[in-house]
Amino acid sequence: MSTTTDDAVEIQMIPVYVMGKKYEVPAELTIMKAIEYAGYKYIRGCGCRGGVCGACATVYRMPGDYKIYTGLACQTVVQPGMHLTQLPFYPAMRATYDFEELHGLAEEPHQLYPEVFRCVACNACTKVCPMDVQVMDYIAAVKRGDIKAASEISFDCIQCGLCASRCMGELPQYHIGQLARRLAGAYLTPRAEHLQTMVANIDNGRFSEVLTEVKGLDLEALKTTYTDREQEPATAGDDWAPQSNKGL
Amino acid sequence: MPLKISPRTVSEQLRKKIVEISGEDIGKCYQCGTCSGSCPMTDHINVFPRKLMALAQLGHVESLAEANTPWVCASCHACMVRCPRGIDIPKVMEAFRLLQLRQNVNQIEPSNLQPEEIVNLPQIAMVSGFRKLTS
Amino acid sequence: MKIAYYPGCTLKTKARNLETSALEALKVLGIECEELPRWNCCGAVYSLADDDLIHIVAPVRDLVRAKETGADTVLTLCSMCYNTLARANDLMKNDEEKRNTINAFMDEEPDYFGDVKVVHILDYIRDEYGFDKLAEKVTKPLNGIKVAPYYGCTLLRPREVAVDKSDQPELFQKLMTTLGAEVVDFPSKTTCCGTYQVLGNPEAALDISHGILSDATKHGANAMALVCPLCDYNLGKRQDEMVTKFEGATELPIYYVTQLLAVALGVDPSACDFELNRESSVKLLKEHNLISA
Repeated sequence: MSTTTDDAVEIQMIPVYVMGKKYEVPAELTIMKAIEYAGYKYIRGCGCRGGVCGACATVYRMPGDYKIYTGLACQTVVQPGMHLTQLPFYPAMRATYDFEELHGLAEEPHQLYPEVFRCVACNACTKVCPMDVQVMDYIAAVKRGDIKAASEISFDCIQCGLCASRCMGELPQYHIGQLARRLAGAYLTPRAEHLQTMVANIDNGRFSEVLTEVKGLDLEALKTTYTDREQEPATAGDDWAPQSNKGL
Repeated sequence: MPLKISPRTVSEQLRKKIVEISGEDIGKCYQCGTCSGSCPMTDHINVFPRKLMALAQLGHVESLAEANTPWVCASCHACMVRCPRGIDIPKVMEAFRLLQLRQNVNQIEPSNLQPEEIVNLPQIAMVSGFRKLTS
Repeated sequence: MKIAYYPGCTLKTKARNLETSALEALKVLGIECEELPRWNCCGAVYSLADDDLIHIVAPVRDLVRAKETGADTVLTLCSMCYNTLARANDLMKNDEEKRNTINAFMDEEPDYFGDVKVVHILDYIRDEYGFDKLAEKVTKPLNGIKVAPYYGCTLLRPREVAVDKSDQPELFQKLMTTLGAEVVDFPSKTTCCGTYQVLGNPEAALDISHGILSDATKHGANAMALVCPLCDYNLGKRQDEMVTKFEGATELPIYYVTQLLAVALGVDPSACDFELNRESSVKLLKEHNLISA
């Protein structure tokens, strides 16, 4: 591993504009690293640094281009001439509700967020989403009462708030999406019946005898029981069954 | 009821704004009153469509501000299909509404809609109501 | 002809009975249509400001979706959706400047030029299918039903998108006669029910809806048929309020036209979601042996 410094690889520096002020930063840095390189210290607008918490939502524009671009500061590499700012927080009011009192009915998101009907399908939300979530589509699903579809379409949402910041109708999209996911998970997803049966069996003491027996073993006997246990071979087919049914 | 018409009571700018937003030439109206005759909401409005047109032609600020007509109008277009001058009267009503709504002043508040009402209303009620009566 | 079916946001929940009865009826008639795989609310009302284009984007987006599926026709059941989509379509077809602006704004969608046709189920049946052909498929004539056909506003106004003559339409009456019902013509058949004023001026909307119902009843109707979920609310659900507010107000059974169509075509009533109708609607059909008790 080379330790020489004068033959060091030349680092390409590019100009970026952070909140209107120009800085020369190494070209390979992420926006977040570039901002820290420029001397800023993060106390907001920075979180997991891994692309999933939604704290570092960034809006930027490029010279000669009218378009608005977005990305996560921790995941997006800087480009020459980037004019950027972060939006660590955008106000969007979350409705207060007692989740236990909800049932997953189509009207529940409508009652909690009547502003959902102000959506004009302008698609500004989808265009601004750094996670490529089809925001307009999940709002459309909520409007027509399809909470399940809304929960699926909004799955990748990281609650960064950019959608709410651009919304013409002044909706809090990400709160609505989260409500849909909560309702779908709690009330609209079928429960695995075999799981519930097994839990009931356990509560009814199906394994109590075996567990008591194992708990009573001394250390040597416990070790032997473990190492001598029958294991399903890696190449076993669907019809494999253990020789002993004890404890099953 | 006598209407005072003076540079202090009428606004050319208001008239122009209504024409601009609606795209309609309200000067064409010759006050035949067919629109008022067709309107289903006449029991609930304080200025009939015909008169509202006349006030718009003048740009009479106070009377127009006091008229509840644009807020009771249901955009049913009955007036429009019968107007002998082919004026798109619903567009003029919309222009009146937008004069207020574009100042970011809602006529109804979505947050005030009660959950008991929402559970029964068809979605198009809210969608259309919010489009016509909120900014 | 490839038909894309556009439901509109209300037809999956509150107005499910309009959708299910229509789709079942279309099956019997052999009319194939496929729901658009991806659609958004059209906005329910057409924006009337000359300088407003953003509110036109929503219906145009749905027309783009239809085009994307290769459809040449969009079929609607809700008359408000029909009106909004049809007027937006006309704008894209006829106004070059606005079309260019809207297409440029929707840069994530392919450009649209107004080449898809927007139809409502009623004018589709009249023009493309034909009442004679329909008559042959009627297996349960609606005997005993004296129906007041209620058009409301959005099917007939403005003239540019009207499915029939704006002042003296006949389409609905002809349809009902074909289905074997007695048609009760009444003057308020094209009077507005109040539509969104149910939110802004609920008293006014209740008043004019009550006027429409009394007019129909006065002319001898024992049923009313309509095509709009908001009319259904103002004229149907709000009858509960009318009975307390207006002396002499009586119950009038309300149906979606497509429900009567489906029943006449022999569709199983369980496929028409009658539980979303008022009890009086079910009762009347049972009394006349059109659905089993």
